[in-house]
Amino acid sequence: MSAELITLYVTAIVLVAVTGLYYLLVTTNLIRAVIGLELVTKSITLGLILAGRLTGKVGLGQALAITLIVVEVVVLVVAVGLILLAHRHTGKVDTRGLRSIKG
Amino acid sequence: MNDAIVEIVMLVTFVLMALWAVLATKLLRAVVALAATSVLVTLLLFKLDSPLAAVFELSVCAGLVSAIFLGTITLTQPENEAEVAESAKERIRRYWYLPPLLLLLGVALLQVALPDVPTAAAAGDDVRKVLWTSRHLDLLGQITVLVAGAFGVIVLFKEARKNER
Repeated sequence: MSAELITLYVTAIVLVAVTGLYYLLVTTNLIRAVIGLELVTKSITLGLILAGRLTGKVGLGQALAITLIVVEVVVLVVAVGLILLAHRHTGKVDTRGLRSIKG
Repeated sequence: MNDAIVEIVMLVTFVLMALWAVLATKLLRAVVALAATSVLVTLLLFKLDSPLAAVFELSVCAGLVSAIFLGTITLTQPENEAEVAESAKERIRRYWYLPPLLLLLGVALLQVALPDVPTAAAAGDDVRKVLWTSRHLDLLGQITVLVAGAFGVIVLFKEARKNER
């Protein structure tokens, strides 16, 4: 793998992570916030595999990526459960609707 | 050379799909873009000699996650188009400083990450062996997280049902 290609991989990973982070910070829609989180985890997955490949530890990279995917799905499922509950309480999937919730 | 060109095209499409997921005004399109991003990550993982992680990514992230998102959108029926457009404009006005700030962060990350990256790939080790021998605690963690997630969902919906009564 050439140095230019590695640079391109790292650039793409950082760009997608930053895009996801921006979306996560700016959006008020809860579903869109989870999409932002998904984008960040996708770039991290690719980063783990790339690091594994470059250091010759492909197995370790894959093991960590699989763990990350499992955690990502569980976080998503719980987040979706919370979004549905918020929608049931406020009638919206918006963070602005959650400001009135106490306790 | 051809392989490198294919990888470059996939990387560019990966970034474009991620941008589409963020910029799409309709949630459904954003979810489709996210699934497309997952498919591209899968292809890149195959290119990086990681077939097991690639299969996980394709089946779980492109399949299951998209289905969960579609189910959520159907159940919640979010705000209409005009509200989305107005809210997007307000966000852009309010957080004008975030894109340049995050871009600077990205550039800083690139500066930190690149000098130490080795250019030669050594022979890989078997993922099953790694997972069952040196990373078996990860498996325990995965099981715990899965059980915690399942209990979380059960508790959430139990509470919801109790509130409905």
